[in-house]
Amino acid sequence: MSSKPIVEARGIHKHFGAVHVLKGVDLRVAERELVFIIGPSGSGKSTLLRCLNRLEAPSSGSVVVDGIDMLDPKTDINHARQRIGMVFQSFNLYPHMTALGNVTLALRKVAGKSRTEAEAIGRAALDRVGLADRAEHTPGQLSGGQQQRVAIARAIALEPRVMLFDEPTSALDPELVGSVLEVMRSLRESGMTMVVVSHEMGFARAAADRVVFMDHGQIVEQGAPAEIFEAPKEERTRAFIGQIQRH
Amino acid sequence: MTNWERFLDTFFNGKVLARYWPDIAYGALITIELALLVVVTGIGAGLALALLRSVGIRPVNWAIVFVVDLFRALPPLVIIVLIYFGLPSIDVSPSGFVSTWLALAFVLMAFSEEIFWAGITAVAKGQWEAARSTGLTFGQTLINVVLPQAIRLTIPPLTNRTIAITKGTALGSVVAVTEILGQASSAVSNSYNPSPLMLGAAAYIIMFLPVVVLGRWVETRFAWKR
Amino acid sequence: MIETFLNPAIIAAAWPILLAGLWNTILLSLVVVPLGLAGGTVLALLAGVRHPLVRWPLMAWVDFFRAFPPLVLLIFLYAGLPFAGIELGGFGCVAIAFFLNTGAYYGEILRAGIESVPAGQSEAARSTGLSRLQTELYIVLPQAVRNVLPDLMSNTLEVVKLTSLGSVVAMPELLFQARQAQSLTYNPTPIVLAAIVYFLLLWPLVRLLSRLENRSLATRG
Repeated sequence: MSSKPIVEARGIHKHFGAVHVLKGVDLRVAERELVFIIGPSGSGKSTLLRCLNRLEAPSSGSVVVDGIDMLDPKTDINHARQRIGMVFQSFNLYPHMTALGNVTLALRKVAGKSRTEAEAIGRAALDRVGLADRAEHTPGQLSGGQQQRVAIARAIALEPRVMLFDEPTSALDPELVGSVLEVMRSLRESGMTMVVVSHEMGFARAAADRVVFMDHGQIVEQGAPAEIFEAPKEERTRAFIGQIQRH
Repeated sequence: MTNWERFLDTFFNGKVLARYWPDIAYGALITIELALLVVVTGIGAGLALALLRSVGIRPVNWAIVFVVDLFRALPPLVIIVLIYFGLPSIDVSPSGFVSTWLALAFVLMAFSEEIFWAGITAVAKGQWEAARSTGLTFGQTLINVVLPQAIRLTIPPLTNRTIAITKGTALGSVVAVTEILGQASSAVSNSYNPSPLMLGAAAYIIMFLPVVVLGRWVETRFAWKR
Repeated sequence: MIETFLNPAIIAAAWPILLAGLWNTILLSLVVVPLGLAGGTVLALLAGVRHPLVRWPLMAWVDFFRAFPPLVLLIFLYAGLPFAGIELGGFGCVAIAFFLNTGAYYGEILRAGIESVPAGQSEAARSTGLSRLQTELYIVLPQAVRNVLPDLMSNTLEVVKLTSLGSVVAMPELLFQARQAQSLTYNPTPIVLAAIVYFLLLWPLVRLLSRLENRSLATRG
């Protein structure tokens, strides 16, 4: 990757009490790049993702996103987080608000937009995920796939520089996965920088620029999807890929 | 006189009722005033304590938990008596009205803090994370995302508890508050006839029965559905 | 401050009086809690009868006594009934008032508990030949009680606290004794002491309840 990195994490360590979850991870993500992180559960991939927007504070190391030092206490973390969208496994939509309310809350409270302005942006974002007609529905009235797409709209409405996806399809029924991946693909085509933790290997092959394999809190191997899936260099990678493909 | 007539003459004596109903009506006003004060200050203080607790400063939280436990464990009448008969020893002499108000407000504060806190902690961690990931501050997340969900969850238990504690305004009669029961009791001893008590009882039923029925409705209406 | 509110000499003098009161509070609780539970069980079982002639009067009964302040009920029995020639005495009045008031609360809790037991349970029991009452007593009630145990305990805490109303009708329970001692000594120490005794007596239950309640609301969310 030749262009300058938009996400640069160096020497990230994370301890949860006595458990050492991340053991010195470096991750660089270039502008417009889609990095796909795979690995067995407990490998630390979700924790790494959550360190990037400081939902978890790393025990040591540095995280710079779009030129902002995320770990500097002087950084306005709430302002910085607007530039980093995040999508969660369990959607985490606000159940007491409509889809539009979910999308516009941060626009109004953090970005300081007026209600009308926020709603215009919010409707456009819902339109991008194909849910313009569901703006007034509450999460309880939407399917899982629709809820996750609203969650994506909530993130992209803030015009982030980078999007983090934490297992976005793991909680979905199989027939609803496609609609979410479709939205992610179109986001990718629009040039969004994305870091995705997921088990959707088909999506990784088709859309990722780079696949990162993590195990036991470290990056074991990374490279183009073809390299990682067809010709992994490390034994652990080969074992994991083999296991996944047998399923 | 038949037995029935004698019964009516004793418990629903027209002359006594006519003579004392303004007293009871005045008592009802005092009861309403006291009840509103208790509800507003008690629930307000309880909510404030729950919000303070969510900030998560350890020593502060221990203090909150202790105060809450204290006012849950003490009978309201004991607190009233303690304030009314105890404080004058250090030259603070709250009236019976103020003593009853403070005591019941403390009790409602304790119960509502606990209910609000349970509501706040019942809101899933993912809600916090999603809100914070979009750049909302701790306070904005608490007010806009967590509290609306928490309050909805807390409305049924809070309603029932509030009714139960507000009925305690009758305890004020022990420390000479001229609320319904107090007025009725003195009317009984003045007239040597129990009719004022019947009037007082009717006043309580008129005031509290609708609230109890409302509480039933609230319980079904706010059953949480996602 | 200590001299006023926790005077050692007065503590020493008042302690035997308070101890007698504490004993009576415990005895009173041991009478009124089972009484309320019995009343509540009857109400809850009757609530299972769907007939409107049972259902509506029952609901009115329960709501009436939930709306009626227990002290008013007590005063009515204590100061009102003698005019009709019925003298029940302090203890009798307390027992009846608690039976009516706390019975209504226990009844509501147990009814909710019974409704939480799946219908399949009583169907299974009836299919093995148990009578309706047997089914309720042996199959439904035990599960119902387990499901609403925190609420039952919370109500029991309230009932024990409520025994302090006995002081108003001259029952020599803890608060009454403390007020006697206070008026003899012109010092609030006995009342402070009584408050401490109440707190120490009931704090363990409060702690336990606070844990159980947090958990139950969390699972509902």
